[in-house]
This record gives sequence, structure tokens and C-alpha cells, in this order.
Amino acid sequence: MAVRERLSGNEAVAYAIKQIEPDVMPAFPITPSTEIPQYVATYIANGEIDTEFIPVESEHSAMSATLGACAAGARALTATSSCGMALMWEELYVAASDRLPIVMALVNRALSGPININADHSDSMGARDSGWIQIYAESNQEVYDNFLQAFPIAEHKDVMLPVMICQDGFITSHGVENILLVETDSVKQFVGERNPEHYLLNAKEPMAVGPYAVSNYYMETKRGQREAMKNARKVILEVAERFEKMTGRKYGFFEEYCLEDAEYAIVIIGSAAGTCKAAVNKIRKETGKKVGLLKIRVFRPFPEEELAAALSHVKTIAVLDRSEMFSATGGPLGAEVQAALYQAKADADVVNYFYGLGGRDITVEDFEQVYSKLERIAKEHKVTDKYDYIGLRK
Amino acid sequence: MDNTVEIRWHGRGGQGAKTAALLLADVAFKTGKYVQGFPEYGPERMGAPITAYNRISDAPVTIHSNIYDPDYVAVVDDSLLESIDVTHGLKRNGAVIINTEKKKEHIMPLLHGFEGAVYVLDAKAVSMKALGKNYPNSPMLAAVAAVSGVMPKKDFLREMQASFAHKFAKKPEVIDGNMRALELAFAEVEKENGCK
Repeated sequence: MAVRERLSGNEAVAYAIKQIEPDVMPAFPITPSTEIPQYVATYIANGEIDTEFIPVESEHSAMSATLGACAAGARALTATSSCGMALMWEELYVAASDRLPIVMALVNRALSGPININADHSDSMGARDSGWIQIYAESNQEVYDNFLQAFPIAEHKDVMLPVMICQDGFITSHGVENILLVETDSVKQFVGERNPEHYLLNAKEPMAVGPYAVSNYYMETKRGQREAMKNARKVILEVAERFEKMTGRKYGFFEEYCLEDAEYAIVIIGSAAGTCKAAVNKIRKETGKKVGLLKIRVFRPFPEEELAAALSHVKTIAVLDRSEMFSATGGPLGAEVQAALYQAKADADVVNYFYGLGGRDITVEDFEQVYSKLERIAKEHKVTDKYDYIGLRK
Repeated sequence: MDNTVEIRWHGRGGQGAKTAALLLADVAFKTGKYVQGFPEYGPERMGAPITAYNRISDAPVTIHSNIYDPDYVAVVDDSLLESIDVTHGLKRNGAVIINTEKKKEHIMPLLHGFEGAVYVLDAKAVSMKALGKNYPNSPMLAAVAAVSGVMPKKDFLREMQASFAHKFAKKPEVIDGNMRALELAFAEVEKENGCK
């Protein structure tokens, strides 16, 4: 039986952590993810769970301690945002190359500067090449559901990679919404116990974790990470299927919303997808125009072929990025979606817009305007302003 | 969107406008609604103007933007009226509810010609009378519930009673005072302004 509740995104993640009851959680507070370690520390102080909380002195130490605990054989996780994750930079790469199945609750926040506490994806998108699996959420329900699926993906023997469970700072992290919680017994059964194949505290198998790798070994290590990321595709879908059996809620690499017959589509990540859905409903109801949405859930590994197939019939596509990469062209999602479409020899016209940087709001009306532009491009067969902004003050 | 009620709260950091929005979401949730309650943060300091929002609906709400055309606006601190156009975007058939010691006719000139319904409540006086302390949140919450009609009065009071019983489990002596504040505020808004 699902439990009907109303929780903020941070409360939902903290509750998921309580239900999973990991062995170790080192963390250092940073807005807007601070509440997650705060709530977990409260659960521990109240004697509700037996997790070892390590109040470290920085995020660098938070991820270092998480690495250590995970390498020792424990189930370990942490939470952070923005500059906090930036301070973990070296350890992010170490976690992935040491093949440590760590889970991190990332509450997306703009990276400085100017200093800003609000949502965009510049923190996690900057870490897209670090070797972590990245899963994004539209709502509190999704971030909770994704979090429950994180350890089964990370710890699968064919994967053994760290997983970042991302949600939009303040928008979902501090927004209270209805949510259906899974009963704790079912969560525990779903997530199971960690049974590491190799671990540091195994006296029968002395081993080193993270030693120096000369050129003769480094490249093979990277290939191993790539194979693991490829394997993650299958495992992510298997875990999602098992999750659907438990809850009835279906997840894949992405969600297709009114996309099947769509002529004009938006590709987007995160909480703004919900606002876009309202625009899709409104346009379809008022005008009958065939507009649709593809919401990316899994950005790493990138679902290249599946995404191109889902968009193969669409005339014009707007890819919306909530972070810059200063290529002086588009953003990271735009680049990857277009590469996927090129590989599939798709002939859709594509534009790539920036939105929501530093928490700039995006509304139903903004999405309506994007769909109007897509329609115009399709009619005129001419792409103008391929790279542009939504909601920029002029 | 048709059956979604949208509410915007204006307050100052530390006054509890965000808490009020979350409490309203809470009580609406308990009466079976789909709810959203969320703050918009500017500079993080006491006294800075802050905005919080509610969407309350019979169907799931997926929109994650702020609210620009609210059905109702609640103003927790009347000193904001001089610097912020609180009725901006407010629907003409909507209403603004203002916590103030002033009379309505003194407030009207500060509302930029807003033509919809205006309700005033002296939440401080209500709180002092009921609780002996100035906690304007509970009276404002009751006023918003009364004016918006998002839930029947008896459901609202029943759920708030349960909420207070939980929240003040270790201080049960303040539960009655808080409930009295709600009822007084409800009555005040109905009497002064003639509610639907």
C-alpha cells in the first residue's frame, strides 16, 4: 500500500535515505541541499536509523569519506549542491574510476559567479564527464522514486559506478507537493543489502584501491568505465521495470509526453518539464496543434539511439538547456541531442535555447512561444536564431 | 488549470509567510486536495521581502513556475504595500487579504487601483486577544481559508486542530489559543467583509 503524503523534494530524499538506511553518510551543508543531511542527522539522533553520520569539515572531505566507506564495503552516500560539488571535483573522478557504487543526492544550483543560490544545471552538467550516472527528476515524486532505484543500479555487478540523483534547487527541493511513498519494508526488499565482491575490509583478500596507474594501465581503466556505463543502460531499465512492478510507476531513459504524433517537440531536463506539459495540454486543447515533449531522465549514460528514434518523425525540435558550456554555440543537452539526431540521419530542424539560468523562472506562456517558433520554422523551412535565450531581459 | 486556485503570499523574511503557505498546503492536502506550497527566495536576510505560493487543485498540478496571475493575494506585512504592487496580476474577480491595523479606506490608495475585493484583518490584535502573543500567521491562514473558500470551514478547523495537536504535542496549553485565533479571524473576516 502506498502512503499518501505531501513532502518537499529534500524531505522526500531524506525519507528515502531513512528507508534505505545506508551504513555511512558523510556530508557538509550547502544551500539548497542542507536539509537532506539535517533531516537524516535528526533521524539518527532520534534513534530511528542506525546510519553513521560523519560531519566533515568540507565537501572535499565529504566525498573522500564517502569513497573510503564505500571502498571498505559499506553502503555510503552524501548530498550536496553547486560549489559544494565543485569542491568534490577530484573525488568525483576517483569514485567513478575506482568503480565505487556511491549515491549522491545533488540538489542542482547555479555555480558561481555571480554567486547565486537558485536552480540551474551548471553544477551537474559540468560533471557530466566525471563518469557518474546522472538521473534527473521533474517532481518530488520522481526524485524519491529515482533515489530508491539508485543503489540497485550503482551496485549491480555489471555497473559498479557512482550515481547522481539530481533535482532542481528550491523548485522541487523546497516545494511541497503530493507524493506517494513506498512502505519501508518494500523499499528494503527492493534495495536489498550490499554484497560487495571485493572490499577493503575483507581480510582474506588484501587489495589496494586507487593506486597510481601508469600509461600502460590508465587507458584500459577508462575503457572499463565506458563498458560499465554501456551496461548501465540495460540495468537502469531492468531496475525501472522492477520498480514499476512494485509501484505501478513507469520509468525509462526519458519520458515521452504527447510525442507519438507530435510535429513540434521540446527536449528538456528537470522540473520545467512539468510546466511544459501544461503548455502542451493547453495548445492541444485550444488549437489541436501537434506539440509534444521529451523529458530526459537519464543523461549519463546518454540514450542516443532511443532518443533519436523517439524524435524521428518530428518536424522541428527545440532543445532547452539550463546551463551554459560557453562553446559560443549551444548548451550540453543541445549538443548531445543534435549529435544523436545526426547519427540517426534525422532531418528535423533543431534550435537550442538557454533558459532558467540562476533560477530565472520559465512559464507556460514561455513554452507556448517556443512552440510557436517551432511551427514558424517548420513552415518557413528556415532556422533563424538557432541559439537563443528564453526569458532574457533585453 | 481550470479548477486550480492560485495564491501568492507577500511577507518579510522571518515573519512566516513561507510557513503560512506551507501550512495552507498542509491543511488542503489533508482535505484531499493536490497541493503545492513553495517559497521564492531573494537575498537571505531577515526583513527582506519574500514571496511564497500555493496551488490547490482537485487534479495533479505539474506546473513549476511562480504565480503571476493569482486568484488570491495574502499580505502578511502592510509596510510592503508602499514598495510592492501586491495586486499585480491579481485576477479582477480575485481578492487581496491584508494584515493591517489600519482601516480599509486607508489601505485602498496603496493598491494601485485594484478593482477586486479587498479584505483587511488586524491579525496582531486577533493573535494578542486569543494567544496573548503576536503570531499573525494563524489568523492570516484562517482569513485566506475564509476568503478563498478552498475548503469548508469545519474541515479547515478540524485539520488545523489535528495539526496543532501534533505540532504542540509538548505544549498542549497553546492549542486552544491557536484554535481561538483561527476562529476569531474567520469570524472577523466574515463580519467585516461579508464572505462568500
